[in-house]
Amino acid sequence: MAKDILEKPKGFHDVYFYKPGDDKENTHYCPGCGHGTAHKLIAEALEDFGVADRTIMISPVGCSVFVYYYFATGNIQAAHGRAPAVGTGLKRANPDSIVISYQGDGDLGAIGGNNILQAANRGENITVFFINNAIYGMTGGQMAPTTLLGQKTMTTPYGRSIQNEGYPIKICELLASLESPTYLERVAITDTKHIMKARLAIRKAIKTQIDNKGFSLVEILSPCPTGWRMTPVDAKKWITEKMMDYFKLGVFKDLTKERKPYSPPKMNLNLDEVEEKLGLKEKPPTFPSTMSDIKEQYRNPRIKVAGFGGQGVLMLGNLLAETGMLHDYNVSWLPSYGPEMRGGTANCQVHIDEGQIGSPVVTDSTVLVAMNKPSLDKFEPDVVPGGLILYNTSMIDRKPERTDVEAIPVPATEMADEIGSLRVANMIMIGAYLQKTGILTKDSIFAALDIAIKHKQFIPMNRQAIEAGIEHVKNMD
Amino acid sequence: MPRMEVFIDHCKGCELCVDVCPAGVIEMVEEINKLGYHPAKYKGEGCTGCGFCFYACPEPDAITVYKKED
Ligand SMILES: Cc1ncc(C[n+]2csc(CCOP(=O)(O)OP(=O)(O)O)c2C)c(N)n1
Ligand code: SF4
Ligand code: SF4
Repeated sequence: MAKDILEKPKGFHDVYFYKPGDDKENTHYCPGCGHGTAHKLIAEALEDFGVADRTIMISPVGCSVFVYYYFATGNIQAAHGRAPAVGTGLKRANPDSIVISYQGDGDLGAIGGNNILQAANRGENITVFFINNAIYGMTGGQMAPTTLLGQKTMTTPYGRSIQNEGYPIKICELLASLESPTYLERVAITDTKHIMKARLAIRKAIKTQIDNKGFSLVEILSPCPTGWRMTPVDAKKWITEKMMDYFKLGVFKDLTKERKPYSPPKMNLNLDEVEEKLGLKEKPPTFPSTMSDIKEQYRNPRIKVAGFGGQGVLMLGNLLAETGMLHDYNVSWLPSYGPEMRGGTANCQVHIDEGQIGSPVVTDSTVLVAMNKPSLDKFEPDVVPGGLILYNTSMIDRKPERTDVEAIPVPATEMADEIGSLRVANMIMIGAYLQKTGILTKDSIFAALDIAIKHKQFIPMNRQAIEAGIEHVKNMD
Repeated sequence: MPRMEVFIDHCKGCELCVDVCPAGVIEMVEEINKLGYHPAKYKGEGCTGCGFCFYACPEPDAITVYKKED
């Protein structure tokens, strides 16, 4: 404390211009809230270390969601509990940045419990400030993982009990059982002595990261006068008398001296090399748009492909999308995995569109490719009037019931069997679809096949199946 | 002489500064500020420049402590 004047630290914005409304000079926190004090200590440390301009603060979900209003740093707001994962990416992509994850006990201890555990276990070179106020402040005072035994909250009106909710989670002790973390300390925002200890711990944690020594976390017992229904002065007393009794203050791990400076995994992203590795070096052929030449009802299709897992349903959709790209259309491909993979219906949803695609989901399809009966049963009702249904008569013993759609029967499995593999039934369907609609061409499908199929020896058989599908529809006319 | 200053319209009236001040030179006042609270105020003399109130105050900009200035 060598400064002559103690004033608003430069780690804060002068004016909180991100904050909506007229008051751009005050925080949104309640009177006496520990978040404010913690913010002040962090902002001061950032100023003193001169690192604010290379710091990225990650705000959580909780009362401190608006961290980005206040700190004159880079800021990202993460989904609930996910700040450590976001921080991992930020730090690895920008090893010179100082990444601070600021999280509450609901955010870090409940919904984000595994996120923090894994980041700590990986020893990410980030700093976490963990505000333990024993409650969900923002949502109105529900129980947190850190709520004390007997503590009354909105969701524990009779007080937290061991039988019903278990013991409060001690995050520092939990993380201290891991090998990787470098520095873990629990402090409290109460009287001056403890605030000064908190100040030092915050600085030490940031310094640990500046020195590239790995994962640091400071747990800060912090008053929430509003959630606890106490005056700010009483809230501090409550921390001293109640919280500190269960959450012991102190250093739980400190390897800052022993640890060698940590060098992040080399991320030397050479675009050339990446393209090479991903096989993007060879530019694929391009094909002209066909949309204006084909019948109105076949344009910009919303396609649903469904069948048994193993019938090549996902591959079928994927190939349609790949081919669409070669025609320079916008495409999307949305596979639906899940328990259905085992014997029931698997499906995927494909958009091929001249314009923008709002959502990859297909609800009302213009095209249904049904490879088995459950798929026809399930998705036939969703086809739009005037839509197209291609159905695999080898596996479906009924016609579509709809009379307001076009229905094309294709004995795809039998035809595939004749060619020599049941697995190319999907390609038969592609052939039939492109012959029927003209939206994609044989040449473009073949080109996409070359890109999509890894094992080149299978290409001839797939081509043959596509040709067979084309012939099948030709012969129908 | 050291002194502290409360910027009235940044104060939320939590009284934490009054609670920690060893010299007892901060008081809460009757008037209501822009934020709707009774703000704290320096009594005008006796500040030792310890800075306790500065670190106790949760508001970034409510308190300034001049440790040496007269
Ligand atoms: C995915 C998701 N689940 C739940 C919520 C509701 N929610 C908002 S804040 C919060 C808990 C915040 O508590 P804590 O992390 O302790 O922060 P505090 O507000 O006490 O600072 C919850 C459950 C949400 N916004 N998003
Ligand atoms: S509800 Fe609690 S944690 Fe949230 S701002 Fe108010 S005092 Fe702070
Ligand atoms: S601690 Fe800050 S906000 Fe609270 S009464 Fe004192 S000056 Fe006002």
